Amino acid sequence: MNIRQPFVLVPRQRQSRIALIAVPLVTISLTVIAAFFLFAGLGADPGIVLYTFFIEPLSSAYNLGEVLIKASPLILIAQGLAISFRAKVWNIGAEGQLIIGAICASLIPIYWSHSDSMLMLPGMILIGAAAGMVWAGIAALLRTRFNASEVIVTLMLTEIARQLLYFLVTGPLRDPMGYNFPQSVLFPSAALYPTFGGVGVRANLSIFITLAVTIICWVFVSKSFASFKLLVGGTTPAAARYAGFLPKQAVWISLLIGGAVAGLAGVGEIAGPIGKLQRIISPGYGFAAIIVAFLGGLNPIGIVFAGMLMAVVYVGGDNSLVTANIPASASVVFQGLLLVFYLATAVFARYEIRRAPPPLIPA
Amino acid sequence: MMDALTFVVAGAFAMATPLMLAALGELVTERSGVLNLSVEGMMAIAAAIAFMTTHDTGSFLLGFAAGGVSGLLLSVVFALLVLVFLANQVVAGLAVGILGLGLSALLARSYEGMTILPMGKITIPILSDLPLVGPILFRQDVMVYLAIGSAITLAWFLFKTKRGLVLRVVGENPQAAHSIGLRPIRVRFIAVLFGGLMAGLGGAYVSIVLTPLWSQGMIAGRGWIAVALVVFACWRPIRLTVGAYLFGVVLLLDLAIQALGLSIPSVILTCMPYALTIVVLTIVSSDASRIRLNAPVSLGENFRPAN
Repeated sequence: MNIRQPFVLVPRQRQSRIALIAVPLVTISLTVIAAFFLFAGLGADPGIVLYTFFIEPLSSAYNLGEVLIKASPLILIAQGLAISFRAKVWNIGAEGQLIIGAICASLIPIYWSHSDSMLMLPGMILIGAAAGMVWAGIAALLRTRFNASEVIVTLMLTEIARQLLYFLVTGPLRDPMGYNFPQSVLFPSAALYPTFGGVGVRANLSIFITLAVTIICWVFVSKSFASFKLLVGGTTPAAARYAGFLPKQAVWISLLIGGAVAGLAGVGEIAGPIGKLQRIISPGYGFAAIIVAFLGGLNPIGIVFAGMLMAVVYVGGDNSLVTANIPASASVVFQGLLLVFYLATAVFARYEIRRAPPPLIPA
Repeated sequence: MMDALTFVVAGAFAMATPLMLAALGELVTERSGVLNLSVEGMMAIAAAIAFMTTHDTGSFLLGFAAGGVSGLLLSVVFALLVLVFLANQVVAGLAVGILGLGLSALLARSYEGMTILPMGKITIPILSDLPLVGPILFRQDVMVYLAIGSAITLAWFLFKTKRGLVLRVVGENPQAAHSIGLRPIRVRFIAVLFGGLMAGLGGAYVSIVLTPLWSQGMIAGRGWIAVALVVFACWRPIRLTVGAYLFGVVLLLDLAIQALGLSIPSVILTCMPYALTIVVLTIVSSDASRIRLNAPVSLGENFRPAN
């Protein structure tokens, strides 16, 4: 005997404007409430934790600079991933593409560690983007040629990239004068992005790359026909083929764009706040960017806001051990909560909740 | 050298067990048409909770129970997102996975680096004294036998029972299943919870049996290998068991290489399981007709009853 559902979900014909604003607000509210109870349960003072994660990062010039440094790679990668996700190509290995981009770009300043050539940084940027594309291209090739799931392949390639980085900084690329620390030589200043914002603030010009990519993506998504085809390619392959745009191309374009921006983000780290190659060059930006892309509604402008929010949480994680005695892994919990609540809330933007019609035959 | 090789071949069973447990759960979930990519996170949270439980109580049984339950609870979150809120399965899996990884590090933060005494092995009398096969097959811990037993049970359940048929029908065509009076959402819910339970047991095995210590990130991609194993096995439990054992050998390869006295750069060995996953996945997936024959047709697609 079937129990009748009291409500049914009917897909919305038009986007609800209220939902567009309400979904992020409700998502953040639910995350804050859940975090409050979680940290209270863990014996921490939830007020201090929430202050640390959401208010303190915005409270000083130094912290604001840190937010910008972290928002930049998150937004940059998320813009690329959003194009991919619109086409339903699941590149979840941006972290690996970032690492490979950083490794390859670092070869220039490690090899010419005393050079002051103006070409150094541009060269690193080009190589970093190209290397990220190659790494993502492996997944595109295996997907289009052999039908291998890009989810698993990009993820496994991330693990391989991590192992490779670890091997290189403890062996071939280690600074021979560095007391066996697992890191390369310090890069010369010609290999670093110029900083701005005053003494001690580490924000640098790589943010303009993020800005440029955001603008390009915005134009691409709102004006260009190609992105429309990419979008269609993801949802209905038959319709896409009719439009002369094979899903294979969507796979290639999506993964190559994602790899390029992830590689750029990798260069932004080693030529920015880190200034050398070391064991850990990203606190999971490649994964967090997936969340940023979705929280931003896969929309270039939304992604900017989502990236700033995520960066605030990251900076909170850096400070939380000192101020709230909570490890940085709490920022990962915040990330997970944000995405879980976003997905639960987004259903109201996509569907109308209607009372189920009365049964035709009375029971 | 013979002893060392026996050790590796026998050890591969232990290495394979968490993969097998988690992958069997994922296999059932996918057979119902749901792709749950949060296996890694479910294993991580279960590993953390199981370790804390066994460390504090000294009981392995309680540890496995706590691990299984925590994997199951996390899978409830996933099931709600996908089955009630109709969220995209890939994204929901990632979200719940990230949540599980974060929670595992947060909850067990004060246990970092602690160890527990290893669990005893079952020595089957007479048989375990056989040369070679004795120590390999008949001197393992209880979970190794349980994992193999559950693979056989699941093969029987899926292909020989009515409920197994219902599960497969829902995975093939939920609309049709619904129209003949089955309840796809309920079937899928149960399948997802079973997947969570099994991933939880697998995670618990990693932290309290395989390497009886807690360190953040110790699941190290096993959840993802489990997801790949399901494809490798063409959604069949017995093939999955064989595949898991192969991966178990590969995960122990650095020990085997040392036993043989060869010298191979460590980076190649540490990358091996991940590279092998890609290679195997590529080979299996390239046979499109076999995938089409075996993959649940509605895998990854949400079901919304027509009204």
